Amino acid sequence: MSASQCEVSFTVNGAAHTVSVYPMERLLDVLRTELRLTGAKEGCGEGECGSCSVLMNGELVNSCLVPVLQAQGATLCTIEGLAQDGVLHPVQKAFLKCGGAQCGICTPGMVMATVHLLRRNPSPTLDQVREGLGGNLCRCTGYTRIFEAVLEAAQTGPET
Amino acid sequence: MRAQPSEYELVAPGKLSKVLELLAREPGVWLPIAGGTEVMVQYGAGRLGARKLVSLWGLPELRHIERTEQELIIGAGCTYSDLRNHPVVAQQFPLLARAASWTGSIANQNRGTLGGNIVNASPAADSLPALLVYDAELLLISARGPRRIPYGDFHTGYKQTRLAPDEIISGIALQPRFAAYYGYSRKVGTRNAQAIAKLCVAGLGRVADNKIEDVRLAIGSMAVTPLRLRRTEKVLLGQGWSPALIGEARQALETEVAPIDDIRSSADYRLHVAGNLLQEFLEGLFQ
Repeated sequence: MSASQCEVSFTVNGAAHTVSVYPMERLLDVLRTELRLTGAKEGCGEGECGSCSVLMNGELVNSCLVPVLQAQGATLCTIEGLAQDGVLHPVQKAFLKCGGAQCGICTPGMVMATVHLLRRNPSPTLDQVREGLGGNLCRCTGYTRIFEAVLEAAQTGPET
Repeated sequence: MRAQPSEYELVAPGKLSKVLELLAREPGVWLPIAGGTEVMVQYGAGRLGARKLVSLWGLPELRHIERTEQELIIGAGCTYSDLRNHPVVAQQFPLLARAASWTGSIANQNRGTLGGNIVNASPAADSLPALLVYDAELLLISARGPRRIPYGDFHTGYKQTRLAPDEIISGIALQPRFAAYYGYSRKVGTRNAQAIAKLCVAGLGRVADNKIEDVRLAIGSMAVTPLRLRRTEKVLLGQGWSPALIGEARQALETEVAPIDDIRSSADYRLHVAGNLLQEFLEGLFQ
């Protein structure tokens, strides 16, 4: 048995897209292969590592666990959508300033989780930062500088 | 081997009545999928048996929290984030709100649903012991109509439930009558986020005149289903504080659980820690 393709429409980083896909394709794969947005990474593919984190209707989700049909009509934001007119997002700047990246595979997910956290809690404690990023694994284990970057971004203030 | 998307059908009827019609037409054929935090993992690993899926995500009929005079009805499609952010859940059912906060990660809490967790029926699920001690009832619905059963009767064996093939959980009903109880819950695992529990416990109790007037205990990862500890409760009921009581309670606990060795822990460790948590609960209860 095989399924037929369907059309799914959503907004990604402010631009409307309609893609012809199988409904059970993973949102992560559609973003990476159809839309060529390769910032979200596949780490574990089972919702454990957070490398594929994106915002779906403002909520942090693991895009490897979202069947693309469930993104029908959604507003999506990926790491590529944070910088505006060539100017990095304050969270990205803070990660740069604090050296909150080593190999870089986890970084897009860490940044998206940080954006999600700071929108809900602009002045998190270190424990709240640890919880907010608890689903994002860094296998270089560079957590200290990542957490410093989040606190730095919080101090720099809200997004412009 | 990884799943081929072309081999799987997924439909999103958008209305509960249409989902139920589909399930009634071909019972057992269509697998409901809500936030996908379990189903998509099985799918990604190529282990998903079902080839036809029906989406429950975003159905407004399933995602609301409603207060009636007697109870709180939590829509089965409410996510863990919905639960932990809801003031009434946090205030009246803190054991549930806390369990929600240590389930998975923020991203998983934004997608995982309470109904999905119940149907998935993992003996290790973080929030299910809380539902047992709060005497939750399940609202089930199919094209044949609604019915209501005690959550304590829902699990019949490992990953076996009383859900009919054409049925889904529509809601979870909780009675807010435990506000004056001492509440205790604890998850023991390698870490709270992401790690599946080695064991998890929820307990409620009330003491008057140094005697236990009511006590309710439930435990996860210690049997084939989340388990209400009825024998232990019986030993404790009516008792006052004494050093011997802890020993008696631990003995009763050992007769009603059946922990196993697996990748997360050993039966010995689980049994020992379960006894320690029981002791911690009792110490808090009598404080």
